[in-house]
Amino acid sequence: MRGKLDLDPAAVKQARSLARKAGRPIVTMARKHTTVAVERATLRLAGLEGADPDGTPWVNRLLDVVRADTGLEHGVALPVWDALLRGEADDLSTLAQKASAGSVTFRLPEGRDADRARRASRKQVGRGIRRIDARRAERDRLIQRFGDAPRTPWIYLIVATGDIYEDIPQAQAAAREGADVIAVIRSTGQSLLDFVPEGATREGFAGTYATQENFRLMRAALDDTSKELGRYVRLTNYASGLCMPEIAALAGLERLDMMLNDSMYGILFRDINPVRTFVDQRFSRQVHARAGIIINTGEDNYLTTADAVEAAHTVTTSQLLNEYFAKEAGLGDWQLGLGHAFEIDPDVPDSFRLELAHALLARELFPNAPLKWMPPTRHMTGDVFRGYLLDGFFNLVGALTGQGILLVGMMTEAVVTPWLSDRDLALQNVRYVMNAAGNLHEDFRPEPDGFIAQRARQVLGESIDLLDQILDHEHGLLDAIADGTFGLMKRPQDGGKGLDGVARKSSAYYNPASEILEEK
Amino acid sequence: MSSSGHLVRPYGDTTGDGMVQVSFTLPVPHSKVAEGAAAQLAAKMGIDPALVVHARPMGPDFTFFVVYGRVNHLVNLDEVQVVERDYPLLTPKEANAAIKRALRRRLVVVGGCIGTDAHTVGIDAILNIKGFAGEKGLEYYRELRVVNLGAQVSVPQLVERARAEKADAVLVSQVVTQRDAHLLNTREMSAAFRESYPSDKRPLLVVGGPRFDESMAADLGVDRVFTRGTTPGEVASYLVHRLASKGAAA
Repeated sequence: MRGKLDLDPAAVKQARSLARKAGRPIVTMARKHTTVAVERATLRLAGLEGADPDGTPWVNRLLDVVRADTGLEHGVALPVWDALLRGEADDLSTLAQKASAGSVTFRLPEGRDADRARRASRKQVGRGIRRIDARRAERDRLIQRFGDAPRTPWIYLIVATGDIYEDIPQAQAAAREGADVIAVIRSTGQSLLDFVPEGATREGFAGTYATQENFRLMRAALDDTSKELGRYVRLTNYASGLCMPEIAALAGLERLDMMLNDSMYGILFRDINPVRTFVDQRFSRQVHARAGIIINTGEDNYLTTADAVEAAHTVTTSQLLNEYFAKEAGLGDWQLGLGHAFEIDPDVPDSFRLELAHALLARELFPNAPLKWMPPTRHMTGDVFRGYLLDGFFNLVGALTGQGILLVGMMTEAVVTPWLSDRDLALQNVRYVMNAAGNLHEDFRPEPDGFIAQRARQVLGESIDLLDQILDHEHGLLDAIADGTFGLMKRPQDGGKGLDGVARKSSAYYNPASEILEEK
Repeated sequence: MSSSGHLVRPYGDTTGDGMVQVSFTLPVPHSKVAEGAAAQLAAKMGIDPALVVHARPMGPDFTFFVVYGRVNHLVNLDEVQVVERDYPLLTPKEANAAIKRALRRRLVVVGGCIGTDAHTVGIDAILNIKGFAGEKGLEYYRELRVVNLGAQVSVPQLVERARAEKADAVLVSQVVTQRDAHLLNTREMSAAFRESYPSDKRPLLVVGGPRFDESMAADLGVDRVFTRGTTPGEVASYLVHRLASKGAAA
């Protein structure tokens, strides 16, 4: 069985082993560091919620004091549970308030005090992780009870009003119209906030803030709709930016089902420090693995900023790296919504055949991953009629190549945020194509040495070359990111946002969440 | 242009037929009444006769319509007001030569997307060497030094960088328009530049994005607004016109 493209198994193996080689030093580096966001996520798993009257979360307030007293390098767990055991406060929330008022001094416990703090923190964080386990079991139960999405690809629709109370009816309407997955787009500024906003929010730009309360409200509303429709409607948000680990934890606690979570997106497109990103990403993926959350990676972004033909191999390379990092963190194939997109200039001759080749390559390289197929955005010009046709061809590629998650394209892309009628027309488009050609993949076998097969092989070859090129750097992937190997963006290891929130772990470092998540 | 003076009508398939096509949604369940309501709206829009060619229920509470019909309005081309290009279009070679002659140094352009806007498509199309619509971006111009700050640049960061780089021109792209973010951000940006520079030293402020109105420059406190379809060559020519020909004339 060599699939429809007859890819050379040796080349596929080589690509994977190069990705592993490029990724492994990053994992080693990630293991040696912690970040403020990882430590705050640990506090959230231990049950610390809420914010002070100015809206600064208690996890931020508490961590800041601990950091000032003992540094970040030992982790937050030992100093915090040592203080609790010393009777500084009865619970985490009181401790956070007292610490912010300056009435608690933290120390790094040693010997038997350290053992006791370790045990106590593990017990409390373990309760949070068991809550995530319970939410995962609940998802399985609800899918059993309500039924799952009737077919693949799952139809993925976006809501983005900025106001959670507007998002809810829109999301419910989208689900009734046929969406299997609802994604609530985040307010664009959120990725660069070094805290997770608190409570239900009604103000956002081009999206709605990811908060624990917003997650809870939306999940509850979609549970109602799932019951009404007799199929479980999945909810998606973003574990990306400076608070990736915390948002992953909140997603697990509130039973979100899919999260956007890319290994390099924050570095390349948001100028977040590379070390910060890789450390945060690893922890967040461990949480997602535990929570049974499907991640969606962001390869579509490579194609919106570079030419989709010339940069096709950067998508494959990124998919291979995302796969390596994801599996290392414990995610299964079924949880890998590896991304790619239909972004070739429609004026390029054979653009549809090229799209088909690229999409089929992703399908055959990652046969057991759901794959997230993203619609055209770059060449949607405002000519909504032409855009509707492009979206139809996008849907056809999706049907022909067995994509798992299909983000529904809107003909009004680049014109307005989708209207009710845009969504309806877009879903008609998907339904028509799936109904007319959903099983066409059974008959579709590209010519063994034809245009499609050759193009796919060429892209795989180029991505192997790119991985080789990455490994030629003295410090591998980090150097390659620094010198602009990925697109034109140069992101040095000691630059970017969030670097001051990174510390190299001391020999005394302890994190109960990592310990539990890395067991089994 | 029409030969009968400067008056025109929409064109379907015959000169002067006035035919247009519109689509819209009414918050009414699909029924005969809904179709009548669509015809009424079309009539009030000046479409007469109006043909409701398509009506489709969207859920229990809404109906989507496509309407074809004839409008009786005339368009007077003499009364149309647009911002015409008021500078000569230069090739990269001509632009480079003009800068060299007038400034005797490279012209510095600092660009980025401000506020929370993460859409770098516009600024990249203008600045990246790759360019747009078959034209190379500003990075391709030898006599332009381009600093592309990318996405989500704060206004203070932009001002600081413009000062540090001694920018002659600042290019800002805004794609996200929700709650008029593009207008608010642009006003905040222009105010910040006015505050931190003496008026004769301020860099040229240029803003661009698909939803801007070209005639709003003064209102937004910027020197020029570029909108959908603008090419790098147009931007470069404008910069040269304002910055290099001024120097040459002095």
